Amino acid sequence: MSFFVDVTLNGVSNGMIFAAMALALVFIYRATNIINFAQGAMGMLTTFIAFSLLNRGLGYWEAFAVTLAIGFVLGALVERVLMRPLQGKPELNPVIVTIGLLIVLEGIAGSVWGNNARGFPPAFSQTGLKVGHTKIAFSHFDVFIVGAVLVLMVATLALFRGTNLGLRMRASAFAPEVARLLGVRVGRILTLGWALAAVAGSLAALLVAPTTSFSPYFMDLNLVFGFTAAVIGGLDSPVGALVGGLITGLGVSYVGGYLGSSLQPLGALALLMVVLMARPQGIFARPEARRV
Amino acid sequence: MSDTEVTRRARGAHRARPTTGWIARVRRLRLPTQPMLRHLVLAGAAAVGFYVLTSVLSEYNNFQLGEIALYAVALAGLTVLTGTNGQISLGHGALMAVGAYTVALLMTHTHMNLVVEILAAIAVTTAVGVVVGVPATRLRGPYLAGMTLILALGLPLLADQYSSVFGGDQGLTVTVPSPPGTIDPEKWLAWIEILGAVVCLVLLANVMRSRFGRAFRAVRDDEIAASLAGVHVARTKVIAFAVSAGCAGLAGAFLALSTGVVNTGEFPLSLSIGILAGMVLGGAGSLMGVWWGAIALVYLPQWSTSFSKTFNLGSSVSAYFAIIVYGVVLIVVMLLAPSGIQGGLRRVGLVIRNRVRSAPEY
Repeated sequence: MSFFVDVTLNGVSNGMIFAAMALALVFIYRATNIINFAQGAMGMLTTFIAFSLLNRGLGYWEAFAVTLAIGFVLGALVERVLMRPLQGKPELNPVIVTIGLLIVLEGIAGSVWGNNARGFPPAFSQTGLKVGHTKIAFSHFDVFIVGAVLVLMVATLALFRGTNLGLRMRASAFAPEVARLLGVRVGRILTLGWALAAVAGSLAALLVAPTTSFSPYFMDLNLVFGFTAAVIGGLDSPVGALVGGLITGLGVSYVGGYLGSSLQPLGALALLMVVLMARPQGIFARPEARRV
Repeated sequence: MSDTEVTRRARGAHRARPTTGWIARVRRLRLPTQPMLRHLVLAGAAAVGFYVLTSVLSEYNNFQLGEIALYAVALAGLTVLTGTNGQISLGHGALMAVGAYTVALLMTHTHMNLVVEILAAIAVTTAVGVVVGVPATRLRGPYLAGMTLILALGLPLLADQYSSVFGGDQGLTVTVPSPPGTIDPEKWLAWIEILGAVVCLVLLANVMRSRFGRAFRAVRDDEIAASLAGVHVARTKVIAFAVSAGCAGLAGAFLALSTGVVNTGEFPLSLSIGILAGMVLGGAGSLMGVWWGAIALVYLPQWSTSFSKTFNLGSSVSAYFAIIVYGVVLIVVMLLAPSGIQGGLRRVGLVIRNRVRSAPEY
């Protein structure tokens, strides 16, 4: 029983991270119909920069803030330099560019920081909390993960639902031409969307880094699980990303706990297949009407 | 009068053509327009060319020629999927692993004919392709890419998990049946791989010119219009991916023969992305272009090692040099020349042909 509880708690904490990753993918997919395969690698790069800053003696929270800021700039740069010239080209071309970016960023990180896995320091203790006399597999750091991702989700919802800027973002995603006619600078909104997505991706990477072997490839699997979460949630809403993230996190954690951690990606694939066969548009998406 | 002559005359009818002199004779040389005949003529020419090459080249170069042929098969599968059906796969490396492990397992446990083993590898990989492809067709957009990415990361781990079956890090050994007579083994292997590549390319070229090929393109260009015209969109996508996966299976089987051992480290994500880069470099949708991509894939590791040695870049840079080049190729080609090398050559060819045609006649 206690093993089941531990696996479940682990699934919740992983699921929150996948939700942050999914949110980053959703930000970009909603606006441009592109899956950004470099999302994980961008977070990986900013986290390696954080690692260097920490080694230079910068405090954790300063490094944390600087890293998210670098993520913001990186996301905006990618949109302006790589994505903007491909607007109006076949849908596949920007996707292929993001795949190229994924492998370039991993190559750069590998060349600069080397391939050996290192340890990334956590913000809080990673030993399990105590409930009564039993230790559970949920640490201060896991509490921080859940809190940070919930703050991210609430901030995103507040941005979309409660601010003028969020309204502009929704309008640009929903009908770019009309939004442009009404005075929204759609190009700038796109850049901002990519920048915010990169912040979410960097946050996910910062939260993953202490829990895994920290190498240039450490975000590959998280990208995959984030993608699974995003598709399950319908690639459409922050709430969908959160629920998709939790479902994926629990599923992956049970597969890892009971069958073996090597089977986790294939478990995610199976989950994705089942969801796509049963409810193709995801659990939270509105049914989509297509026009010729 | 044969079919081809009629079309040839019809094509030239509006243009006055000189009937004598060698220039005129060269100008009248045309490949047959009937697809099967045209592809067989090209394939025959390629086979003769390769035969001559294998007898001139050294053992090691023959080995590399075989590797070029096997990558050409993998790239050809992907180029049909991407260029004519508008889907991308990030899992062709994993599908190659399926083909390679099938051959290795059959060799370890049974004593079948090599041809049967290779066909079994193609069949198993095609089946895996269908299983992954069916759910991916439920939605539009790059879902296949995402699902095949999971496959690329997950399948090698499966071989780790069940290392008693798949041999884990050590892997399974694969031996090529010894060649008849006194042919040396490298040449024999190269012949097998080149023959496979040529047959595969002829079949794919015919598929692309057939009803299926037209359906692939119709679905790529506009799914709704295609379905209104009677094309079954989901089935077409699955068929395209199954054909593509079958090619990856064949390439994987050849890779197993070529390296002699199949282990988990041989099929990293960078292999899948490298295949994508080679395909994009050659030109998506072009079966001729796959040869450029295959040459690049075989020689790039060698070039990158010598390049980083020349410029003293250090070991960590040289380890990542190849994958950085793959990534840069993907980005630069997509931004600057989406039709790749073969597209560029075609444009140059058109310019030259127009010059020749419009040149004054003597």
